[in-house]
Amino acid sequence: MLAALIIVFREVFEAGLIVGIVLAVTRTVPHRNAWIGGGLLAGILAACVVAVFAGALSNLFAGMGQELFNATILSVAVVMLTWHNVWMARHGSELAGELRAAGQAVVEGSKSLLALAIVVGVAVLREGSEVVLFLYGVLAGADDSTASVAFGGFAGLALGAAVCMLTYFGLVRIPMRALFTTTTVLIALLAAGMAAQAAAFLEKASWLTLMDNVVWDSGWILSDSSFLGRALHTLIGYTDQPTAMQLTVYLAILLITFVLMRLYGAPAKAAPARG
Amino acid sequence: MPLSRTLSKAVILAVAVALLPFVANGAANAQAATEIQLSYKDKKFEPAEINAPANTAIVIKLRNLDAKAMEFESKTLKVEKVVAGSSDGTINVRAQKPGRYEFFDEYNEKVARGALVVK
Repeated sequence: MLAALIIVFREVFEAGLIVGIVLAVTRTVPHRNAWIGGGLLAGILAACVVAVFAGALSNLFAGMGQELFNATILSVAVVMLTWHNVWMARHGSELAGELRAAGQAVVEGSKSLLALAIVVGVAVLREGSEVVLFLYGVLAGADDSTASVAFGGFAGLALGAAVCMLTYFGLVRIPMRALFTTTTVLIALLAAGMAAQAAAFLEKASWLTLMDNVVWDSGWILSDSSFLGRALHTLIGYTDQPTAMQLTVYLAILLITFVLMRLYGAPAKAAPARG
Repeated sequence: MPLSRTLSKAVILAVAVALLPFVANGAANAQAATEIQLSYKDKKFEPAEINAPANTAIVIKLRNLDAKAMEFESKTLKVEKVVAGSSDGTINVRAQKPGRYEFFDEYNEKVARGALVVK
């Protein structure tokens, strides 16, 4: 039972963190529960579909279908997160202000919500299909331990939901003004980390062989399979053996986010800060 | 409306960036990788120990003979791959230094274990 709990928890942990962050980011946006809930549900359904077709998916692209699929959906999430940050740089103050219920803000707000709902869906889909496969295997197995393993699995799911709640309530304690800066930084790092992971998947598929030398090995300080390592892997993209390409992609996303936020951000706010 | 134009510009740029890795890739360059056949049955890897030379890329062809899906995982090799029941999976492993690298089925971590020995 404990083994099942750990396996499932490991998979849903990442999704839990991401959903918690998205919930905190969209705290003041009207109708956000419906959007995030929709993303969650779509992610779960898609995870089931992916699980059913796991074999077929895997066989695509000379056996590298899974890797390329992961790289693609991660790239989608990176685009959505980056777009959200740029969008918030422009409209953040409208939403945070007292006029947040103004008609225009609601309409525009739903565009950003769609982006974040997609991010939630992608996060659930990625790890979810493995959970579905695991639980299905257990439930179909019908040996003595089935009930206890299934119980462990669902307890793991509940723990993942707890991670989500902890992340959310931790973040919303931050005062509104600081929350905006915090979540902007969090989302930029999240996007950069996902982009580096996408690059890692392409490297595993041998589609990306440029600059694939490992730059450092910090596994002796913090292994990325330890608990803290996994948390940092999700949040800021920590990996203990990054390749030159992964580092390049990571820094490129941070740079691009910064530049786009400067370019498209509210001009009145940005002006005094520049010399 | 200028706003939607601005937004679409941002989206286009972001998409371009996300696609960069795809554009930058060359076709799969298989420079004499070591290919290893591995099968999985009744929660056991066969053979339980596989060998490969150091400093060359390795391709593991894994045949899952069980009806259930399994997840081939190795923390030291940085590999995670779901292989559906009664099907095959291909796992690319980068060139490694000499050493012993353990792998396992994540769904049956305690019993289903094996190792890759790189010499």
